[in-house]
This record gives sequence, C-alpha cells and structure tokens, in this order.
Amino acid sequence: MNYKLNYILHLADNALILGHRLSEWCGHGPVLEQDMALTNIALDLVGQSRSLYQLAASIQDEGKTEDDLAYFRDVIDFKNVLLVEQENGDFAQTILRQFLFDAYNFHLYQKLLKSSDKQLSAIAEKSLKEITYHLRWSSEWVIRLGDGTEESNRRINEAIEALWPYAGELFIPATYELEAVKEGLGVDSASLKELWSTEIKNVFDEANLEVPEESWVQKGGKNGIHTEKLGFLLAEMQFLQRAYPGQEW
Amino acid sequence: MDNNWPLWEVFIRSKSGLHHKHVGSLHAVDAEMAIQNARDVYTRRSEGVSIWVVASSNITASNPENGEALFDPANDKVYRHPTFYNLPDELKHI
Amino acid sequence: MENNLEQAFQAKIDREEKIEPKDWMPEAYRKTLIRQISQHAHSEIVGMLPEGNWITRAPSLRRKVALMAKVQDEAGHGLYLYSACETLGINRDTLYEQLHDGTAKYSSIFNYPTLTWADIGAIGWLVDGAAIMNQVPLCRCSYGPYARAMVRVCKEESFHQRQGFEILLTLSKGSDEQKNMLQDAVNRWWWPSVMMFGPSDKDSPHTARSMNWKIKRFTNDELRQKFVDVCYEQAKVLNVKLPDEDIKWNEERGHYDFGAIDWDEFWQVVKGNGPCNKQRVAARKKAWDDGAWVREAALAHSNKRSERLKNKKVA
Repeated sequence: MNYKLNYILHLADNALILGHRLSEWCGHGPVLEQDMALTNIALDLVGQSRSLYQLAASIQDEGKTEDDLAYFRDVIDFKNVLLVEQENGDFAQTILRQFLFDAYNFHLYQKLLKSSDKQLSAIAEKSLKEITYHLRWSSEWVIRLGDGTEESNRRINEAIEALWPYAGELFIPATYELEAVKEGLGVDSASLKELWSTEIKNVFDEANLEVPEESWVQKGGKNGIHTEKLGFLLAEMQFLQRAYPGQEW
Repeated sequence: MDNNWPLWEVFIRSKSGLHHKHVGSLHAVDAEMAIQNARDVYTRRSEGVSIWVVASSNITASNPENGEALFDPANDKVYRHPTFYNLPDELKHI
Repeated sequence: MENNLEQAFQAKIDREEKIEPKDWMPEAYRKTLIRQISQHAHSEIVGMLPEGNWITRAPSLRRKVALMAKVQDEAGHGLYLYSACETLGINRDTLYEQLHDGTAKYSSIFNYPTLTWADIGAIGWLVDGAAIMNQVPLCRCSYGPYARAMVRVCKEESFHQRQGFEILLTLSKGSDEQKNMLQDAVNRWWWPSVMMFGPSDKDSPHTARSMNWKIKRFTNDELRQKFVDVCYEQAKVLNVKLPDEDIKWNEERGHYDFGAIDWDEFWQVVKGNGPCNKQRVAARKKAWDDGAWVREAALAHSNKRSERLKNKKVA
C-alpha cells in the first residue's frame, strides 16, 4: 500500500512544486500575453496536484486533506524530481525546465491512462489535455529562443548547461515506482527515456541546439534528497499554516 | 529596431452554430502565437469553441464619413424585409 | 467646420450613441480618453504586484489557485484596456514608457504594502469593491471600445470581491490572532480605499467636461458616498470596525456621514511618496527590461521563419 501512496505523492509533488515556481512569474512576465500563459500553466499544475493529493489522502485514509499533504510535510518527505524545484532564473531557464519536464510528463501521462487505478487514470485523462498544450507551448518557445537572436541562443544554451544534469533523474525509477509498475498502477519511467529523447532531439534540431552528451546525473529528489532550493520554497509556501496551525483560512 | 509585436484582432465562436464575434485584440509575433494568446487571454472561462485571428493591419474598414452614402440607401428598401408583404392570416407555413 | 463637427459629436453623445475609433472626435476627447484608459490599464498591471506577493504564501491550495486566477484576470483586464487604448492611435509600448518614466499615473491604492494574508481579503473587499463602483458605470461610457472592454472587465471582476470577502469572513470566524489580522488590515486599507475615488468634486476641474462627454457618469463624491454606505453595512457582517470615529447615519441625507479625508496623504502618494511607489514602478520596469531580449528573440525567429517560407516558395 505504501508504494501506492508514495507514487501518487511523487506525481503530486512534481505538479505542485513546478506550478509554484511558475506562479512566481505572475506579474513579472516578459510580455502581458505570456504572463497570462505562464499563469495558466501554473494553474493547471496546481490543479493537477490537488486532484492527486486528494487521491493520496484517500489512499492514506487518516482523515488528512490535500492541504495537510502540501503544507505539513518537510523537505525529506517531498518526492518531486530535482528538476522542477530549480529556480526560475531567466525566461530561457524557465522555458527549458518546462520543456524538459513537459516532454517527460506528456509520455508519462499518456501511459497513466492505462493505470489499473481508475481514479488515477481519470486524473491522467484530464491532465493530459493540459499537458499536451504545455508541451506545445514550451517546445515553441525553445525553438524561438534557440533560433531567435544571438543573445537568446546564448541564454538557452546556458539553461541547457545548468539544467541538463537534472534531466537524467526522470528516468531512474525509485523503488515505489518499480512496485507501482508491478501492480499495474504506474509507469516504468526508464521506459520513457527513448520517447523523451526523440522529443528533445526533434525540437532541439529545429531550434539549432545541440543535445548534450550523457553526463553525470544529479538525483535524489524522488527519495526526498533535494537541492537546497526546496527548503526555501517550502518555508515560503508553508509559512502561514506552520505559524498558525490548526486554523481555517 | 522596432520591437513592437504586431497587433491582432480576435474573433471567437462561442458555440458551434454561431458566428465568430470580435472580442478584442492582442499582440503576438505570428498567427500561431496569436491563436494561443487568444486562447489564454479571451477563453479563460470557456467562452469559445473556435478562434480566428486577423492581423489588424490587414483589416480594411469602411470610412464613417461615407456612412450616409453607404448605409442610408438601405433604409427605404423595406421590400427586403418579410413584413413588407401583406398576406392573409389563414395562410400557414410561409 | 470644426465647430459643426463638434456639435454633431456632442449631439451624438447626448443621444447615447457610441463613438467608434474611426469617427471624428475632438482632440481633447481623444487625449482625455487615452489618459483615463491607460491610467486604468496601468492600475490593473501594477495592481498585480501587491497581490502577487501572496501567491507563493497563500495558506491553502484552494486559496492559491483562486488568487492566481484573480491576479491573472488583472493581467487580462490590463490587456483589454491597453487594446481599447490602442484604438485611439497609441501603442502599448509607448504607454508602458509613460508608466515607467512616471508621466502616466495609476491608482494610488497599489502603493500601499500587503503585509499579512488579511490584506488580500481587504483588497478584494474594499479595493475591488471601490473599483467595481467606479467601473460599472463605465460600461455605458461613450467610447465604444472602452465600454466593451469594461463590460468584459466587470463580468470577470464580480468573483474578485466575493473571493476577498470570503477570505475576511473566514478570518472573522477564526482565532483571536486571525481576528486581529482582519481588523488591522481594515484599519490600513479603509482610508486609502475611500481616497480611491479621487479628489473631492470641488478639486476635480475636469469632471464637468468628462460627464458631458459621458466618459464619466458619476462624480467622485457621489461614488465615494455610495461606497461608504455599502461598506458600513458589510462591515457588520465581518464584525469589524471601520477606522472612522465620525461615521454615522444621517437621517436627513439618507446617507452615512464620514470623517475628513487626509488629502495631504492623498497628494503625497500621488506625487510618488507613498510607501511603495518606487518599488512598484521599479518592479514593472524590471519585468519589461528583463523581457526585452525575449520579445526581440520571438520577433527575430518569426521573421526568419517567414523569410525561409518565402524562399521555399520561390525555389
């Protein structure tokens, strides 16, 4: 049973943390229309995390709510991949983080449609429509930045250099993922690597960008070993609930 | 260099069977981006099922100063309207 | 000639007909509209900042998505209004420049800080409440594109005030700390909200002309009175005290009397000396400057692509 809870929490944490990061852009985007686009994606992701936390809470069956799971777990309890907790940086960094994750998430959720858990596959069906749009949006921006100006090309290359080491973790399954695969609940993330690589290669080709060589992979997030950045994110996010516990808001 | 993104006019069909209706404008570098921006800006509350975008620079508008010449001549052509024709009440299905 | 046109223009407005972008209009009408609409648009965009502050600290996921959607709506409202302004022959980038260099104003209310979560509720209740009172009459404004933009804005705005009130209502039923938070926020936001309607009618020289042109449908003081009357009753539901010792029902007028407004504070904030004026403009300017390379890149890519497409066709 524990694997099931952990697997759902892993999916939920990915969505919440990335959604939270994107929401930091709200009001600061490079152009009004894209400010709204970024917030739309953030809203989709936080919305997905809520459905997943609700499912997790029902699996856990301890009378907890979505907010208990989001606001009262610490860094070591969060199971999101390191990639999504990385800071926004400049627009290129935000776009690349989004693209690397969307390309993975798109194929993951396509397979989650066939999950043995009816609730999870229902969430996947709704989320997939949103993720399809996210992937299209982030792919187009990678192409625009790669094949835009000299400066944008330099910046997106810097983003690749900074974020590439965090991409590999997506495809290294945690124990709870492997068990979830065995039970037909989850997807073998290692099996998504080829689809993901093709997706990346196609877009990078069009963007005049080189796919980096395989190199050292930063990992640990799936098992609660994070970068230092997550602690600050959680401190900010959880502050009110922690400062005044047990209140309605 | 002029970095202004071009202006686009947005038309939305609110449900199938209806005309596209002008809802406003926005900025985008090309038609594809304009469609996506229109989706994010003008259909956040499920306002539409179909979007048209037209570069504002491609719209030719009639000149209001010619308004009388353009539109007044239609005013007295009542025979274009069905109520112009007097028919007996007994007549059905017409 | 000019005189005839002007008479015909005013007659049209008096008949409640709309003025559309290509219609003849007096230069002063156009300029006043640009000022009013752009000021309104800037207020939406700057207004995203104090509330955006709390998106990352919203106390529940439900509150988080609601606040994000609200701040995003403000971006949308800014966009509708900039679009309406652009029909008057000025582009958005120029309007931004005016905001950044201080020649254009925005609503002073956004120069106050959001210090606690209760401020998000107070903004929804008081600031959005005041804004709605200002905006609903503008749906009937004489300039077509502005009126149509306002119809859209008002339709979306209605959830904002309800959201704010719900936040405060929850606090009012909570712990002592939460009740304190609520009262403190109302104490800080009440007077700035009352000032949102602008200078008193006697100090508002353009009001008469704007009312003639129907780009303003009620005077500042009329709207302000309506606001005070409505809020006094709503405050009872929240169990909070409005920070005004002089507020009391006046049977004769059929309205609430209220205390003297600190006009010195009002003008100081307008002039740039509010608690957050500098930070707000700096944040907007930074977003715009940091985004320059992004806007440039998107344009460059689009040009390259159409160039390639053209070459392909030729070949």
